[in-house]
Amino acid sequence: MTVAFCGLRLAHPIVNGSGTFDAIAARRAFGDGLVEQFPFAAFVSKTITLEPRVGNPPPRLYETPAGLINSIGLPNKGLRGYLDTDLPELARLPVPLITNVMGSTAEDLCTLVEALDDRDEVDALELNVSCPNVRTGLDIGADPVELAAVLREVRPRTGKPLIVKLTPNTADVGAAAQAAEDAGADAVSLINTLRAYAPHPERAGVPWLGNATGGLSGPAIRAVALAQVREVAARVAIPVVGMGGVQSGVHAARMLEVGATLVAVGTESFRDPAAGTRISRELDDLFAKSGDNIG
Amino acid sequence: MTSEPRTLAPFGRRTVDVTERRELGAYVVLAVGDPDGPMPRAGQFYMLAAAERWGGGSDERPFLPRAFSVLRARDGAGGVRLEFMLEAVGPGTERLSELGPKDRLHVTGPLGVGFARPSGGRRAVLCGGGVGTAPLAIWQDELLGRGEPAPALLGFRDAAHAPGAELLHNARVATDDGSHGHHGLVTDLLAEELDADPAAVVYACGPPPMLEAVRALCEARDVPCQLALESGMACGFGACFGCVVPLRDGGYLRLCVDGPVLDGARLAEVPAH
Repeated sequence: MTVAFCGLRLAHPIVNGSGTFDAIAARRAFGDGLVEQFPFAAFVSKTITLEPRVGNPPPRLYETPAGLINSIGLPNKGLRGYLDTDLPELARLPVPLITNVMGSTAEDLCTLVEALDDRDEVDALELNVSCPNVRTGLDIGADPVELAAVLREVRPRTGKPLIVKLTPNTADVGAAAQAAEDAGADAVSLINTLRAYAPHPERAGVPWLGNATGGLSGPAIRAVALAQVREVAARVAIPVVGMGGVQSGVHAARMLEVGATLVAVGTESFRDPAAGTRISRELDDLFAKSGDNIG
Repeated sequence: MTSEPRTLAPFGRRTVDVTERRELGAYVVLAVGDPDGPMPRAGQFYMLAAAERWGGGSDERPFLPRAFSVLRARDGAGGVRLEFMLEAVGPGTERLSELGPKDRLHVTGPLGVGFARPSGGRRAVLCGGGVGTAPLAIWQDELLGRGEPAPALLGFRDAAHAPGAELLHNARVATDDGSHGHHGLVTDLLAEELDADPAAVVYACGPPPMLEAVRALCEARDVPCQLALESGMACGFGACFGCVVPLRDGGYLRLCVDGPVLDGARLAEVPAH
């Protein structure tokens, strides 16, 4: 069951959510078995920023009912480190590579996108727009006008497919998706994590996470994700990558039913590193049973 | 590092049978048969989750698997037999502690980097606290199997926990309340041991305050130490970046792929979480 997505031909519709699978670290733990049994039809890198980031102070994790709040803070080696160190390793994966980037200004994003546009190893780009605008303090992706303004500058800098990763922490995700499409995005992906707070279990009024708030993921957010993916898919003509709490082939089928072209798996990979493989097989079985009429 | 003590894990999680459950005071030891897994190195860990009813406990948890250092491993006719040491302290360990023969467990591992052998003519000294006893048992097995000395010093809260010391050979025990063995901290015993012969490498695992005391004591005496740290982890294989520890020279290191065993000299202090 191959899938066409932004000019790429993928072996199945299951990819990873950005920042939920480090293929380089996983290879250290699992060796060549990871490459031989790679669980995703395309690999989405963690977010790359212009300068290196060490990430947020720990604690960074908090388990919730059916979910996880994380406050990781986008640790990465920066653009230079990614190009020199990570990209050659990621290029050895047996699937197309989508590189996720974030910048707090259009200028930063343009620099990132131009540098990656030069590299043949990169098949597509994903913009993380859940980043506060340095002028307004609001997430760029939360304001459709701001999002469109940034995209109009970034879009001409690359001929590669450009995916916009929408934030769910906004009043009108449909309007943000529409703005992305109007400004030339080739696809949108959603949902990113929902802003969440974890209280310290023993100290009243004190946050547990080092950065106070984080993002909620896992099955706890699946119903919210389905609503937002459904709304966005109805609003735009470009393909949608749906994600949020997908744990099984049935969950992936539900994402496809509401209009997603690809389905990303995130938190479930923490529970089972090979979850992507299992979910794509379960999805195949569902297609086989239903006579190929899902989605 | 090509020589790091790391056995690679098969990719993905396996579902294995619990073959034995036994209680040791406040602790539970679970044994599983792992026919498709390799022999782990001492100090490596596994991510564990009950195959059934993982969730729906206190606060509708657990959700994520839990990291456990391997207590013991034996290679036999039916494959590898693994043992884990648990204490029920939260929704994950409560559920795992209920398991017994006929229950099934999801396991991913072995993960991380284990203990490295003593070098420079130094002898091993093992120092553990609470469930931190676990990785020292498999390490002591290996050292004694090579005919090397491996004295063990273990600290527990009280006499209800002290039976955990039975997992090691000839351990000297300290309890916080004096109800068993030395009344005081296990680091009192460690100081005595190092006073007698400082040509040692200390291998330690236990709660953060104990590990920090071991680290500081070893630093003050210029004795190398390898610390098996603990942290909440979501994945265990470097995906989530949740289990980071700040390094003396700045930046963070992921305990799951670069640890859990660290050279104490790399840390300015053992973090409280």
